[in-house]
Amino acid sequence: MLIDPESKLSFEKSRPGRHGAKLPKSHFTKKSASSLIPEPLRRRRPAELPELTEPEVVRHFVNLSKKNFSIDTHFYPLGSCSMKYNPKVNEWAAAEPSFAGVHPLQPEETAQGWLRICYELEQDLKEITGMDRFTLQPAAGAQGELCGMMMVRAYHASRGEPNRRKVLVPDSSHGTNPATAAFLGYEVVEVKSNTRGRVDLGSLRRSLGSQTACLMLTNPNTLGLFEEDILQITEMVHKAGGLLYYDGANFNALLGIARPGDMGFDIVHLNLHKTFTTPHGGGGPGAGPVGVKERLVPFLPIPLVEKCGDRFSFDLNRPQTIGRLKSFHGQAGMLLRAYVYIRTLGSAGLKQVSEDAILNANYLKERLKDILPVAVDEPCMHEFVLSAKAAKEKGIHALDIGKRLLDYGFHAPTVHFPLVVPEALMIEPTETESKETLDRFIEALTQIAREIDENPDLVRNAPHSLPIRRPDEVLAARHPILTYRDWLRESTQQGGTKGEFESKEEPRLSFRS
Amino acid sequence: MHYHPLTEEDRREMLEAIGVRSFKDLLAGIPTKLRGREISVAESASELELRREITRIGQTNLSTQNALSFLGGGSYDHFIPTSVPQILSRNEFYTAYTPYQPEASQGTLQAMFEYQSLIAELTGMAVSNASHYDGATSLAEAGLLALRHTGRRKVLVARSVHPHYREVLRTYLEAADFALEEIGFDADGQFGRDEFQDILTEEVGAVVFQTPNFLGVVEDLQGVADQVHAKGALSILITNPISLGVLRPPGEWGADLAVGEGQVLGIPTNFGGPYLGYFAATGELMRKIPGRLAGMTIDREGKRAFVLTLQAREQHIRRERASSNICTNEGLCALAACLYLTLLGKEGIREVGEINLDRAHYLRDEIGRLKGFQVDPRAPIFNEFVVRADRPFAEICSRLIPRGILPGIDLVSFYPEMKGAFLVCATETKTKEDLDRFVKELSSTG
Repeated sequence: MLIDPESKLSFEKSRPGRHGAKLPKSHFTKKSASSLIPEPLRRRRPAELPELTEPEVVRHFVNLSKKNFSIDTHFYPLGSCSMKYNPKVNEWAAAEPSFAGVHPLQPEETAQGWLRICYELEQDLKEITGMDRFTLQPAAGAQGELCGMMMVRAYHASRGEPNRRKVLVPDSSHGTNPATAAFLGYEVVEVKSNTRGRVDLGSLRRSLGSQTACLMLTNPNTLGLFEEDILQITEMVHKAGGLLYYDGANFNALLGIARPGDMGFDIVHLNLHKTFTTPHGGGGPGAGPVGVKERLVPFLPIPLVEKCGDRFSFDLNRPQTIGRLKSFHGQAGMLLRAYVYIRTLGSAGLKQVSEDAILNANYLKERLKDILPVAVDEPCMHEFVLSAKAAKEKGIHALDIGKRLLDYGFHAPTVHFPLVVPEALMIEPTETESKETLDRFIEALTQIAREIDENPDLVRNAPHSLPIRRPDEVLAARHPILTYRDWLRESTQQGGTKGEFESKEEPRLSFRS
Repeated sequence: MHYHPLTEEDRREMLEAIGVRSFKDLLAGIPTKLRGREISVAESASELELRREITRIGQTNLSTQNALSFLGGGSYDHFIPTSVPQILSRNEFYTAYTPYQPEASQGTLQAMFEYQSLIAELTGMAVSNASHYDGATSLAEAGLLALRHTGRRKVLVARSVHPHYREVLRTYLEAADFALEEIGFDADGQFGRDEFQDILTEEVGAVVFQTPNFLGVVEDLQGVADQVHAKGALSILITNPISLGVLRPPGEWGADLAVGEGQVLGIPTNFGGPYLGYFAATGELMRKIPGRLAGMTIDREGKRAFVLTLQAREQHIRRERASSNICTNEGLCALAACLYLTLLGKEGIREVGEINLDRAHYLRDEIGRLKGFQVDPRAPIFNEFVVRADRPFAEICSRLIPRGILPGIDLVSFYPEMKGAFLVCATETKTKEDLDRFVKELSSTG
């Protein structure tokens, strides 16, 4: 393995005796720590954490950060992820010590500011989605889904219909939908898409029955298309006694445009880290509030926030609740960011979000469809899907095009998803990108299309300009090295030098692959 | 709108390029019945106005900025080195997506790998995932993993485990039709050994303890893992990671799964979130762990590289056969913990543990001297402990809160039999003056 100094681990930079934080020294008890805690309860072997000074730690991590793409440095046309600009005033608010320094178990009267934010955010989310109440508890979209499906289960049980054990999921759905349903022991039934990428009503009709618990739907769907028959779909499912679950991953198309509540959905989750601009953080934290119609309100998780006069309080006394989903009150810091965002935009600004997101997507689609065919060539909502199946003849996959885009300074689109489109490239530009950026992206894809014809290896072997070339993912999975200790063991077994700079050596790990 | 770069001219040009006359034409697929409803949210404000308003709303909170807080109970006020929030505010970290494109995410991926290494090291376990939502959800997923692994249907949980964790565990287990039974605790705050042995049957797939437990008591878990394993179950241990520089870690207790709350490692109390669930396991359970895992590999030139690995466990590959539905986790919070632990290092993590021991013991001794307050001076504790008062806790609060002191957590709402008892926490953030002032104010409530 070639290890350049830039990819050395903090552990490999460690030198005994260094430390990176200065702590208060004084002891008030005048007793040694070992006399304060009985020997059998004490740690025996010290935790071998790295030993580095503050400047070394700072340089280590700042240099690591430079190996990342991010929304503040790059265009991220990542379908279904709504990678849009994260306003800085949101971050300012969340870092305010008068919010960040509040303990979750403080008496309610000492946390009125926080409770107000929760309450007002709930009112706005209700208005935006057309739902009757929201829980702000869930930590992410997937937990929101889990919360929603737990309520589906509780609802049917409360009506004496626990045998409704089938959850319907379109073949174009996000992976979390079937995973969530299966997590709760539901039988997952796949509903087919029609040739125009929408739910096939015949397939839906055949799947519905007395065992139907719920249909989980993304609208616009993952092809970026609005389900035109949505009113019929929700009616059909309701008639069969099932509920409608709205996957809010694609909500960026609908702010001020149309509301899931009006479409007939019973449960909606929103990803605050998508539509409502809380940062992705390289994989979280997110937040996944869940809204419901009146008949599901009794099952919402605890606690809810209530307002009485000028005073806000938690409601914990809810006999039919599905219970608690998370310690304390949800991802408060993310809720505050979303609140600030909504307040910044107001009703008109929110509508502008979706209008510009839709306009940007349609513009890109129209300009790109001659380069790569669109899965369904109709006006799209906030995203669309191209198919690179023609390039496959030249041995080029959607993934390769995504990787080559990295060389042009663009993050790859979502590739090979949705599964219903061969060689899918799912593109979501969002409203915070300028026309100039979109035009540059079009130029890059045009250029890549030319490369596929003229020099396919250039694309197949991309990227060429990033900190690493394509990594060996098969090796990583077959022979997992998940910690520094794993690596030490590995390099010792292979006669290595514990992570010393080994620039001239042959890659050794690959012998095992 | 200052976040939206399209100008009116852009919009016109783009509509023309698309070949439609107006924006409305793009919405043709939406039934007319659903369109045209204007939404009405709270009034929009300029940045300056909004900042003033947020500041004003913030003033209606009591926080560590204007109060002396002795609250713990699963969320703790600790010193956070200045460089932690500085690095976290690097745009390349906090505005990056989940590292699906490893070539463009080596920073995030290497930090994840280092975080996993640090957590494994600290807990004494073989592997750690890249994070979970919080301690409670980490526990819930650990419980489900253990039941899937053992093929059994019941979890035993000590009643001295954080009440919210037990509630969340119950929510998850009930939804999957699994059973949960509690193990009581004795007068000294340690779990009831006899009761535990009685209910540890062959139906049980997992046993959950927490140390220090919710009452602040460091549990003596001697022999527990062996007993659990002898019955074919898995041992799940919840620990406070900041205590593990001094206290015996899950690995040394023989735990199979180590979970808990990582908020203490560089994350503010934030009114309860976002926090950080850590999740560590033995090597045997590696391929059953939920959530993201970063692994080390090589690129095609033989250079060291990091990737998300063992993705065959995950929802975007396995769909309904996934080991969990989790995708977005707590990446940035894990980075905070990674920074915190790297800065503190081998010596610092022990030192911070010792200071916590010192502060809590000093405070317990001082409160123990007061008339009308009792503590258990023999209970092994880390940084919090139970105080019993001969007057209602509400009375103590009504005197101390106006003086800017948050005295602790009322235990009666969690344990009905513990009337008059409250939980007090003292970390390294407290000076001797802070502790003495608290004791003096407490004594004046008599």
